[in-house]
Amino acid sequence: MKPVNAVITKIVDETPTTRTFFFDTSFESIPGQFVMVWVRGVDEIPMALSYENAITVQKVGPATTALFELEECDSFGIRGPFGNGFELRSEHILLVAGGVGAAPLAPFAEKASLSDIAVTTLLGAKTKGELLFSERFEAAGKLLVATDDGTEGKHGYVTQLLAGIKNYSQIYCCGPEIMMKRVLDMVVPANAQFSLHRYIKCGLGVCGACCIDGLRVCKDGPVFSGDILKMSDFGVYRRDECGRQVKL
Amino acid sequence: MLSLTLAGLELRNPIMLAAGIMGTTGESLKRIAESGAGAVVTKSVGIEPKAGHSNPSMIEVDCGYLNAMGLPNPSYKNFQDEIDEAKKGGVPVIASIFGGCSLDFSEIAGALQADAFELNVSCPHAHGYGAEIGTDPDIVEDVTRAVKSSTKVPVWVKLTPNVTDIKSIGLAAQRGGADAVVAINTIRGMAIDIESGYPILGNKFGGLSGRAIKPVAIKCVYDLYDVLDIPVIGVGGISDWKDAIEFIMAGARAVEIGSAVGNNINIFSEISSCMEAFLEEKEWTLDEIYGMAHEV
Ligand SMILES: Cc1cc2nc3c(=O)[nH]c(=O)nc-3n(C[C@H](O)[C@H](O)[C@H](O)COP(=O)(O)OP(=O)(O)OC[C@H]3O[C@@H](n4cnc5c(N)ncnc54)[C@H](O)[C@@H]3O)c2cc1C
Ligand SMILES: Cc1cc2nc3c(=O)[nH]c(=O)nc-3n(C[C@H](O)[C@H](O)[C@H](O)COP(=O)(O)O)c2cc1C
Repeated sequence: MKPVNAVITKIVDETPTTRTFFFDTSFESIPGQFVMVWVRGVDEIPMALSYENAITVQKVGPATTALFELEECDSFGIRGPFGNGFELRSEHILLVAGGVGAAPLAPFAEKASLSDIAVTTLLGAKTKGELLFSERFEAAGKLLVATDDGTEGKHGYVTQLLAGIKNYSQIYCCGPEIMMKRVLDMVVPANAQFSLHRYIKCGLGVCGACCIDGLRVCKDGPVFSGDILKMSDFGVYRRDECGRQVKL
Repeated sequence: MLSLTLAGLELRNPIMLAAGIMGTTGESLKRIAESGAGAVVTKSVGIEPKAGHSNPSMIEVDCGYLNAMGLPNPSYKNFQDEIDEAKKGGVPVIASIFGGCSLDFSEIAGALQADAFELNVSCPHAHGYGAEIGTDPDIVEDVTRAVKSSTKVPVWVKLTPNVTDIKSIGLAAQRGGADAVVAINTIRGMAIDIESGYPILGNKFGGLSGRAIKPVAIKCVYDLYDVLDIPVIGVGGISDWKDAIEFIMAGARAVEIGSAVGNNINIFSEISSCMEAFLEEKEWTLDEIYGMAHEV
């Protein structure tokens, strides 16, 4: 599939570093799947769908900065959705979101709550203003918050909230890999699903750039069960654009 | 019944992984080996680490794919561990290598331990590498000879179809001492976004692979079989066992699969078992169908 033209219909400032871009095309997808967003003349990068017709972008480098320069009625290309997405199972679920990792988890929380599943979310960010989608998680169930600087909720890492929570049967996690690794080490691996970040080139399961232990993040993932990750490079090293191992 | 000796390598079947597909990490190569491939070819590695072209680096088009990865690779200096890991899959591991001149190629081949080398003189979109070398018979002969003198393992030369006469390049590889040729690499191609006028690939143009190129590849293999004494390895657009049989009938001693792995990671074992069933039903052997199209 060639990129579909997506015209921006609305831009919402979510946090000082994060913006949601709504566009004129909707994608039927499973939360956790991703699209490749082509900023013409710059780069094409993976993004979760935070709504069926939107992406929520944190400004970190050249491509995301170029996205932030776009205005309503501008457009970018979209290919996808790609990958597997979160598998909804069990009646009481726990979401653990760090930073922009809330982007794929917010639509997942909404989907779960529509199916009468009890949703508890642990949401973490550096500071109060960077907490993403608190209202959406609150509307979908129960929300507990942690900030690194203590400006809201628990002062510390979101993983510190995890210790006190027992009543759930499946965990869904997306955030910085170091945080996800901490979560993995605290829970029953088979009861947890993690959405991984690796450098994605083709997005089609062909080139192999995003492989972790032989598994393709773009095709076999990006969501993997904890028992698969337990034995892998997860939380230990990633690979750069050249394919070199880089310690996390 | 599918096992064979290919230019000195013992293969359990003639269905191999093509270069550049899940070939950057040892674990992904091992996964393909364990899924039934007869051998695996690594991503092409060069002298220095390379990030490749910017994205989009691969898109789907009608009947195939366009890619301009730009030879991203960690450099051969960071690659022996990956090859060693891949070897745990239990099948031959062929290192694909590229360079800007024969010295580059022999430096890499002299340093890496692999079961064979595949010389990528055919990438259509890497400036100064690949097809800029592989379209000149004298350079191909020179590069092949240089690698042959720096390694004892078999050397295969991968050819580009983006030439007027692929036979002359195949013959040059043979003169240089190649143990086999591999045909074909991707065919130059391009796609443009009509909403904006932008070429879609980050590199603007790239190489076409997948279904669309199979008839081109079959003809290249057919022609090379006619003029060469060394075996031809067929690649280009194989997506099922019938395609593989077709290549072998055209004169391929073995085949490689690239793009089709994306949607079907079990393609190697599927093709092997279907090929076996077909040969059994026809009461043919692999040897009998090899080059069959030239004899009927
Ligand atoms: C499945 C998936 C879903 C994602 N969803 C979101 C999301 O919803 N919102 C969001 O803000 N970010 C998301 N990201 C991360 C986002 O893709 C990167 O932040 C973005 O690519 C950075 O590009 P840049 O040019 O701005 O920054 P750069 O300075 O180029 O890179 C910053 C970081 O992003 C990584 N990166 C750059 N290009 C790629 C690429 N092609 N593939 C993967 N990583 C890359 C780099 O390795 C680096 O760690 C997701 C990543 C993945 C793999
Ligand atoms: C994403 C991608 C990366 C490739 N990388 C290489 C490479 O590094 N070296 C090489 O010799 N060929 C490379 N090729 C070419 C393939 O090995 C193969 O020759 C070509 O794709 C045709 O086969 P197919 O139609 O089965 O894909 C690449 C092809 C694709 C699609």
